[in-house]
Amino acid sequence: MNLLVAADPLLDGDLDATVVLIVIAKTIVIFVLLLVAVMFYIWFMRKVIADMQNRVGPARAGPFGILQTLADGIKLFFKEQSTPSSADRPVYLLAPYLSIIPAFLAFAIVPIGGTVSIAGHVTELQLADPQIGILFLLMMSGIGLYGVMLAGWSSGSKYPLLGSVRASAQLLSYEAALGLAVVGVLVHTGTLSTRAIVDQQAWTGIDSIVTQWYWLPAIGALLIFVIAALAETNHPPFDLVEAEQELVGGFHTEYTGIRFALFFLAEFMNLITMSAIAVTLFLGGPSGPSLGFVASDSWVNTWVMPIFWFMFKLLVLLYGTVWVRASLPRLRYDQLMNVSWKVLIEAAFLWAMVTGLIVVARNQGWNLWIVTPAAALGALLIYGVLMACVPKAHEVSEEIK
Amino acid sequence: MGRWSGFRITMTQVFKPRVTGDYPKHKRPKPERFHGRHVLNRYEDGMEKCIGCELCAGVCPAKCIYVRGSDNPPEGPVSPGERYGFVYEINYLRCIHCDLCVEACPTEAITETKLFEFSFTNRTDAIYTKRELLVDDDGRARRQPWELWLGGEDDHTSAWMRATAPSGQAAFEGKVAWSGELGFGVRAPERGQSPVPALESGPASGELDDVEVNLG
Repeated sequence: MNLLVAADPLLDGDLDATVVLIVIAKTIVIFVLLLVAVMFYIWFMRKVIADMQNRVGPARAGPFGILQTLADGIKLFFKEQSTPSSADRPVYLLAPYLSIIPAFLAFAIVPIGGTVSIAGHVTELQLADPQIGILFLLMMSGIGLYGVMLAGWSSGSKYPLLGSVRASAQLLSYEAALGLAVVGVLVHTGTLSTRAIVDQQAWTGIDSIVTQWYWLPAIGALLIFVIAALAETNHPPFDLVEAEQELVGGFHTEYTGIRFALFFLAEFMNLITMSAIAVTLFLGGPSGPSLGFVASDSWVNTWVMPIFWFMFKLLVLLYGTVWVRASLPRLRYDQLMNVSWKVLIEAAFLWAMVTGLIVVARNQGWNLWIVTPAAALGALLIYGVLMACVPKAHEVSEEIK
Repeated sequence: MGRWSGFRITMTQVFKPRVTGDYPKHKRPKPERFHGRHVLNRYEDGMEKCIGCELCAGVCPAKCIYVRGSDNPPEGPVSPGERYGFVYEINYLRCIHCDLCVEACPTEAITETKLFEFSFTNRTDAIYTKRELLVDDDGRARRQPWELWLGGEDDHTSAWMRATAPSGQAAFEGKVAWSGELGFGVRAPERGQSPVPALESGPASGELDDVEVNLG
């Protein structure tokens, strides 16, 4: 119990009915919020991509076409669900849920607002605040990988199998880079709890963007995290798992109807969760200026403004993902592997080590003007040696000959 | 074209005008000689133009036209000649809208309209018979429940023929070589494919304006 939900003051005292109700209410809100967020994101994505391609985009269902996703979802609900005769039926049926459930769970640790009081209980606006916070995210994205892998394997068909082989290789590779990038910022925070990380980045003035938020001290980790997170969520330009031109539909080729929709729901939810985690780790989460002309303890400043700032930052990041989707062509498979194994993992590893050294030096009172350049030089040296050891492309081909 | 220029290109498109419109709320004008669904025309006195000669059925590359001719009943003739088409069917699941039937027709009985938005939900609806194809007593195409129309779209039912007939020869351009139609009379000729003289370069007469549609 303590390990999973410890830090939330709501659960410190006796657990009475009100507490249980609050937790249930939070669960439902998070659930609905995610579904609505995916609905909104798909519409947003289609509209922004249409903008970038001189088109109008969805415009028929609801005002500005905002209900288009809902219409698509309802259509998928009523479509026929077929199962290939060669499919491994139990696994085939299980796979979409292995995808969707971790996607829902992962969002539970995201702080979407400040600390508020509901019916006399002080609570944090996030479903759970486990001490293992960020590790929980990595766990969930690891389990989500099984959904993709098993879906392709159990379909009993060639293209899905190829898609799932790609998926397991790609997601495994980028899981390493993602974890190491997170280490680069965890060295600063000293905690895994998302709430504690957000509290460390609390707003103290306009300068806290630079002094409090972790994007500047962990700028390298941020870049690696963004790239690895895009790859981890099968987002273009890393969408080799479902490369239509080569694999029909990739791992979900044999899925129809609502099971197919679940995979897409999970994919977009993972994207939103990863963006939300990036906001939490690097951009201060819900921290931001409150309205000066309203009392600091009024509901506007305790409830609305933190949520507004969180959503605003999330929206900016999501716009970035759409921009990437509209701009970049898909990577070749060897490029995909090179980016992860030859660049991102080393860079993340060295970044974490240099950052760790700087943090230790600061604690011990060592001279940072000496330690920082020395550590950076050492890192570059190690990276150079590593890259020198990696055989170049033409050398590999000669070996094969 | 650098490695990152894609980002700049996509972002600059956001501020440029759109190339698509909000169809079906707002439709673009169709080309003068657009090939839509067909109508069977009638003479100004209400007689049918079709003589049941089956030339259209013979020329049809998709074999989608079925015609049966019959002798006109002496007490109530349907067409002014000896014969009339008493069965006329076009299967729109097969029709490729090439308009060879319009070219083949000796009496301008079959012409095309600008109507293309018809989405039937069963195969029976896809076969248009004389009941659907023949113009009504005002010379207008009959609107089927599954067709989406704009106001005025059914005015232009024989533009192709009036621009190039007969046989598409430039020498015949601007010369009336067709009979009058019920509700419209003898239609004025339209411009063919010869170069436009500088003085006459106005908007083509057959062109539709952008029209707002009330989809209610």
